[in-house]
Amino acid sequence: MEVTIVGIKWDEILITGDPIILGSQIAILLTSLGIIGGLTYLKKWKWLWREWITTVDHKRIGIMYIVAAVLMFFRGGMDGLMMKAQTSRPEMSLLDAQHYNEVFTAHGVIMILFMAMPFLIGLMNVVIPLQIGARDVAFPQLNALSFWLFFSGAMLFNIAFVVGGAPDAGWTSYFPLAGKEYSPGIGNNYYAISLQIAGLGTLMTGINFIVTILKMRTKGMTLMRMPMFTWTTLIMSVIIVAAFPIFTVALALMTFDRLYGTHFFTVAAGGSDMLWANLFWLWGHPEVYIVVLPAFGMFSEIFSTFSRKQLYGYKSMVVSIVAIAVLSMVVWVHHFYTMGSGALVNSFFSITTMMIAVPTGVKMFNWLFTMRKGRIKMTTAMLWSLAFVPNFVIGGVTGVMLAMGAADYQYHNTLFLVAHFHYVLIPGVVFAVFAGLYYWWPKMFGFMLNEKLGKWHFWLFVIGFNVTFMPMFFLGLNGAVRRAYTFSAESGFAPLFLLSAIGSVILAAGFAVFCYNIYWSIRYADRNISSDPWDARTLEWATASPVQHYNFAKLPEVKSLDAFWYMKKNNEGLALKDEEIEEIHMPSNSGLPFLMCVAFGIVGFFLIFEWHLLAAISAVLIIAGLIYRSFDYNDGYHIHKDEIKKTEGAWRKMEGKVNNHVS
Amino acid sequence: MLFLFLVAAVPLLFLSGCEMVVFQPQGPVARSIMELINWSLMWMLLVVVVVFGLFGYIVWKYREKPENMGYEPPEEHGSTVLEIVWTAIPILIVIALTIPTVTTLYDLENVPAGYEEKEPIVIHVTSADWKWIFSYPEEGIETINYVNIPEDTPVLFKLTSAGTMQSFWVPALGGQKYSMNKMETELYLVADNPGSYMGRNTNFNGRGYAQMEFEVLAQTDQEYDAWVKEVKETAPKLTEEKYMELLKPTHLGRLTYNNTHLAWINHADPDAELVTDPEDYRYHGYQGKIFDQEEQSSEESNQVENNEEDHGGDHSGH
Repeated sequence: MEVTIVGIKWDEILITGDPIILGSQIAILLTSLGIIGGLTYLKKWKWLWREWITTVDHKRIGIMYIVAAVLMFFRGGMDGLMMKAQTSRPEMSLLDAQHYNEVFTAHGVIMILFMAMPFLIGLMNVVIPLQIGARDVAFPQLNALSFWLFFSGAMLFNIAFVVGGAPDAGWTSYFPLAGKEYSPGIGNNYYAISLQIAGLGTLMTGINFIVTILKMRTKGMTLMRMPMFTWTTLIMSVIIVAAFPIFTVALALMTFDRLYGTHFFTVAAGGSDMLWANLFWLWGHPEVYIVVLPAFGMFSEIFSTFSRKQLYGYKSMVVSIVAIAVLSMVVWVHHFYTMGSGALVNSFFSITTMMIAVPTGVKMFNWLFTMRKGRIKMTTAMLWSLAFVPNFVIGGVTGVMLAMGAADYQYHNTLFLVAHFHYVLIPGVVFAVFAGLYYWWPKMFGFMLNEKLGKWHFWLFVIGFNVTFMPMFFLGLNGAVRRAYTFSAESGFAPLFLLSAIGSVILAAGFAVFCYNIYWSIRYADRNISSDPWDARTLEWATASPVQHYNFAKLPEVKSLDAFWYMKKNNEGLALKDEEIEEIHMPSNSGLPFLMCVAFGIVGFFLIFEWHLLAAISAVLIIAGLIYRSFDYNDGYHIHKDEIKKTEGAWRKMEGKVNNHVS
Repeated sequence: MLFLFLVAAVPLLFLSGCEMVVFQPQGPVARSIMELINWSLMWMLLVVVVVFGLFGYIVWKYREKPENMGYEPPEEHGSTVLEIVWTAIPILIVIALTIPTVTTLYDLENVPAGYEEKEPIVIHVTSADWKWIFSYPEEGIETINYVNIPEDTPVLFKLTSAGTMQSFWVPALGGQKYSMNKMETELYLVADNPGSYMGRNTNFNGRGYAQMEFEVLAQTDQEYDAWVKEVKETAPKLTEEKYMELLKPTHLGRLTYNNTHLAWINHADPDAELVTDPEDYRYHGYQGKIFDQEEQSSEESNQVENNEEDHGGDHSGH
């Protein structure tokens, strides 16, 4: 039966016929109703709008990023569990091939772009302005727009599987499969449009943080006195600005191909499918370093703090991250050595890829020597950082093995590769964001996450991770390929696949403990803690926890690396005299970024369904938003001296009587 | 706890690893890659041992204990000598890995060493959704989802695709290579001994991907010749119409014909017509607009587009 009104096939919009998807549709409906009902019942709508949706405060934006990332972690993790359940035994029929394809595509896209990226960007948002002694980022409202564009893209992508059909061509979305020639459904339009919207937000974040770090450092903080997390964020932002426009262009061309019948990547009419692969990885490989570099920065901070020692080889660490950033732009072909581009090309990219091991090795040894002669305190944050070292080394050495073009002919597209990149991304990024979250949680909220639950979280997660992914190396060497929804009993893969599936359950248990830890800590954790509970070294710990919205009453002055450590040691620059307090200029809240999120979401949705007229009409909303912003002369407000005095007095007086958790 | 687990699990996995296909090469190409892999494994194991050892030692020795709470770590900025050392050693390791990588890369482009005097057999491989089509132009034979080759003879596979991109992989015999429409890639393989080897597509290409496997049967020269003779005598002829039917996105069993499709189309030819039809790929979800595939004169192309719009609405749901 066909129901068509104004060119819209109404009966095809909702995906029907799959019990798992039906269950999700009901769950989504109930959750939405629950949230709306809850907010209305508690009369929290106004609070939500005033305190969060319209905020331009970098700390709150950071927290919103992190909340979204944890939710996306849950979604991507459920996808991962479904894949593991489906391959736990040969010829399982939990998911059919099409559903499995949609699930692994969603898993990849969500974990990289909607979990890893926002988690890191969230922590950067909270921490970086504080670390450089600034009151906000350079462009606070742009920062809010970045978040809301990310959110818009993420939400669009997430509804795909219930409305219209999910993308099913893998997170790499290779042509010609992803083109209209072989995927005529609109599923892959979701990929093109929602990643484009989210990507715009990321590009703005990159620009924002470059300007913030270069222009807004407090007095005395030269480039070579910046904390390592600030350095890695700066370099990451540079890579974003260099690499994301490539993705923007590639996605635009993909959109033209799919929506308007151009032939950039098609097999017909002179298109080139490998052009997509090249453009994708020209962005995609730097993207790996976009997520892993800030993680390196966080580990550097944590190793240093909990060893009570300055970071070893600071200068060579800086040189290493710059070297990694440069090399990251010239290795993309190693993702398709098997394309047949010849021995010379493959040799060149084998060498550049293996060279990345050199600066990475330098960093590894510097971390180890930071701990040497230290006093290593085993907090949860430190445990995550410690576990990173051996696990990441396994990811690193298998990476070198994959980098060798000739050997890659046997690894390519197998589970060996899948195991490798999970050994890089999970220790390199997930361990880092967990470490960072345990470490900076008290700074964000004024209480700590429970350390005992944290250790349960840690051990379950790390053991589960190894049990899940270690077997995949061996499966891959035995000929098991990635993205296959099932395998035969004769293949002999069954025992290791089952072991891997068991591991994923342990992994999931770890994540469940993490969620419970957040719940427990919100309800029961000690609120009366120091603003510097870890005896830390950098400026974010020099102010209150949770941080007052203007960050610093008096901008700190920096005389050395690890500025706060020496301020404490020499007892200078910490006290605040009344006459030093001046009025502080702050940016005003704005609802415009959120409205732009809604506008982009609507236009994106119409484009995805190829309803061009509706898309064109609603695009007026975006233009109206831009015009409105151009005539927005609101240049913020001033915080009165009395208010600052009151706020500062409150937390500074408390400091003597709090429970210190680290001596 | 983690370490206990790793210590217990890894050797166990390695033991089972002796049976892994990549480490049981059945021909010179796979063997040369395995030798490269083993060479790299040795170096990587060294790296793992050194870093894990150093890590374990440092973390154990300098961990916080009740009796060292008063210990205040010294201030140290780094050590130029040490930093040069741990920059130089990785560079040396990379060089040690680069040399055999590059030589193997060049070797794999050619007939495997020791087989140069033998005339290679040419087999055209056409991958389609979701089957493998093998054409023997000299013998005039076409097989689907299996390929017979004589032992100890270099085989030159010329790879192309009828549509989506695939990757041709016979792990026991050698590494893989992509097959792409309107392009031709080449891969040499040799089988040492008679035997049956699994081959498959490793590059995801839609719903039928998981089952896109084929068998490579290496035979003695006599067996191979007998098989060719038998096919020439008994197998039916493939017609163009039947061939187009085969290319539709389906799974097929084994089929054998005593002619090849190369007579009317070689998908590797840049000017070859694209014969797949997007309509065959309609599946669930909301359906988008399909565009005409080849650039034609504007008048003709308009007409095609209109036709497609007319029947575009017929396809709904599954």
